[in-house]
Amino acid sequence: MTLRPDPTFHASPKLAMQAPAETYGFTVMLSPDGKQSDGIAVVDLKPGSDTYGKIVHQVIVPHKGDEFHHFGWNACSSSLSPLSGHAFLERRYLIVPGIRSSRIYIIDVKDPLKAHIHKTIEPEEVFAKTGYSRPHTIHCGPEGIYVSTLGGGGPDGTDGPPGIFIMDCETFEIIGRYEMDRGKQDKHYDFWWNLPQDYMVSSEWGLPPQFENGIVAEDLLSNKYGHSIHFWDLRARKNIQTMDLGENHQMALEIRPAHDPTKSYGFCGVVVDTTNLQGAIFTWWRDDDGVWQSKKTITIDPVPADADDLPDLLKGFGAVPPLVTDIDLSLDDKYLYVACWGLGEMHQYDVSDPMNPVLAGKVELGGIVAHHKHPNGGDFAFGPQMVEISRDGKRVYWTNSLYSTWDNQFYPNDDGGQMVMAHVGEKGGLTLDKDFYVDFPKGLRAHQIRLEGGDCSTDSFCYPSV
Amino acid sequence: MLADPSSVTALWGAVVFAGIYHGINPGMGWPLAVSAALMERRHGALASALALLALGHFLAMLAILLPFSMMVVLLDWQVSIRIGAGLIVIAMGGYLLINRRHPKVLARIHPARLALWSFLAAMAHGAGLMLLPIFLGICTVNAGETGHMAAQSLMTGSLGTALLVAGVHTLAMTVAGGVIATAIYLWLGLKFLSRTWFNLDLVWALSLVCVGLFGIWAAVQGH
Repeated sequence: MTLRPDPTFHASPKLAMQAPAETYGFTVMLSPDGKQSDGIAVVDLKPGSDTYGKIVHQVIVPHKGDEFHHFGWNACSSSLSPLSGHAFLERRYLIVPGIRSSRIYIIDVKDPLKAHIHKTIEPEEVFAKTGYSRPHTIHCGPEGIYVSTLGGGGPDGTDGPPGIFIMDCETFEIIGRYEMDRGKQDKHYDFWWNLPQDYMVSSEWGLPPQFENGIVAEDLLSNKYGHSIHFWDLRARKNIQTMDLGENHQMALEIRPAHDPTKSYGFCGVVVDTTNLQGAIFTWWRDDDGVWQSKKTITIDPVPADADDLPDLLKGFGAVPPLVTDIDLSLDDKYLYVACWGLGEMHQYDVSDPMNPVLAGKVELGGIVAHHKHPNGGDFAFGPQMVEISRDGKRVYWTNSLYSTWDNQFYPNDDGGQMVMAHVGEKGGLTLDKDFYVDFPKGLRAHQIRLEGGDCSTDSFCYPSV
Repeated sequence: MLADPSSVTALWGAVVFAGIYHGINPGMGWPLAVSAALMERRHGALASALALLALGHFLAMLAILLPFSMMVVLLDWQVSIRIGAGLIVIAMGGYLLINRRHPKVLARIHPARLALWSFLAAMAHGAGLMLLPIFLGICTVNAGETGHMAAQSLMTGSLGTALLVAGVHTLAMTVAGGVIATAIYLWLGLKFLSRTWFNLDLVWALSLVCVGLFGIWAAVQGH
């Protein structure tokens, strides 16, 4: 408990953009085969520092086989919510779930160079208190930390639907399930919200048997992965509308609402359209009657390729699908970054008009067929995947691994973990920084990035930018 | 009974002071008025938000003061009632000192239901209790001034006093919170929202203990 609000809490997105630049990054390191322990790499992001762009500290956990994926803060700018009246939490702990083990680590990063495990929540506690498994996305919201899960109960996570549970943001005790009325929601992936407008949006990947041992081609071709997004009355904990994007739009993953809380729209990325292998972005919004609508506003075409250059999974298609596996929106709601993990491209769209996105920049790196090298001459395994934008919107960081077993199917000859950074031009455009190239320790891959002081996919704001 | 006008003045001063104190505490809601004005992009929203917050706060004051105002008819029990009230206020302060967790139920209220939020926030923080010993002090002075009256008129008098105390207090609170909210909304900007936001939890709990002790002291002294 502090006397003043944490200086990294900002009332509006605009104030967060004006705040000092990030000094450290925290990046997931995962062992794809469980031979090593997973961990969090602390990367020095202070330009001019002797160790700039280097891993300066590692928190390696004692267990093996956790498979780290996404993670988040114990507290963010949502602490300044006028409804809480108590803004005195510290942004100090990272909540890091293992999506394979269901174990959750609470890591104290108050001093990034001495980051260490503060508490471990064992899988049995998660199962017993929630009936859910495979915890994934973390957001700090009303009443505590919200954690989405990918699995229900039972050994394969199919006993009951997955959902969201709430953790105390000070003691890290698991409080219990979030949902009071989940409606049609039976799969889960990401979620985010607009706190003052009191709505939440959630998405769907697939059930654990559909991803843990690799993508199931038959399920994909028969459209059995998630293709709906759900709109919730956040505080009433009720699903008020389920929107089917169409069953061919397989794997509706990342949900990115506009950061400005006066806006009632956002984006959702779809990995692949099974009718034409396109990747797609949907814009969703609330119309004047209060009904949620959506429209496909970006499509990215597959690129024809010789079957010999393709992994077994794709040989029959004769093309590389873009595989839109992550998207991220800058704090001014101006640029949407779209990772095309299959093509090996990072796209930057100007979404000032959210219904008419315009491609503003593009970087080519990695790729199933293209294998673009980094400008420093180094290899980039797989393709651009988890993307994170600096608060000021001037730097975009990304890593390369999607999910252990899926990396192996789509990129059977690649391995390794890399984190890179690109600069955003004054009028858009994206250019890789030749000198920023973090190569991860051998045998470890890299996934989500969190920036010290908050970033564009963690903080929820309660006041508009004016 | 002592009917010292300076004492009445002092007690009414305390009612106003408590109002200002509650008003500047972000926990009593002024950030909601800033947020309402910014979200709706109109000045009027700030005023209507303040009005709803005031209504909730006023009702929360009455919820505490009215039951006690009924009890003034029990003249022989006045000292015991005032000591009991002081102990309740001290107990609330002690509870808030030990339990430093935030009342999470407040986070579940829909952001548009400001009066309900304000009522529950005041109740959860014992805002009404902080006024109670001051209110009972004023009632005692008034009863002393008017001498022994019929129970009926005593109660009418104390009910009126409760409404007046709650009203004056809420007005002071609304003006204090309103000044901060308006200043941030119109001139200072959102940056000052987090700058002016101090953690009053400890001070608040200690204030309750002090007010409770004062109430007991005043009752024992016969003021």
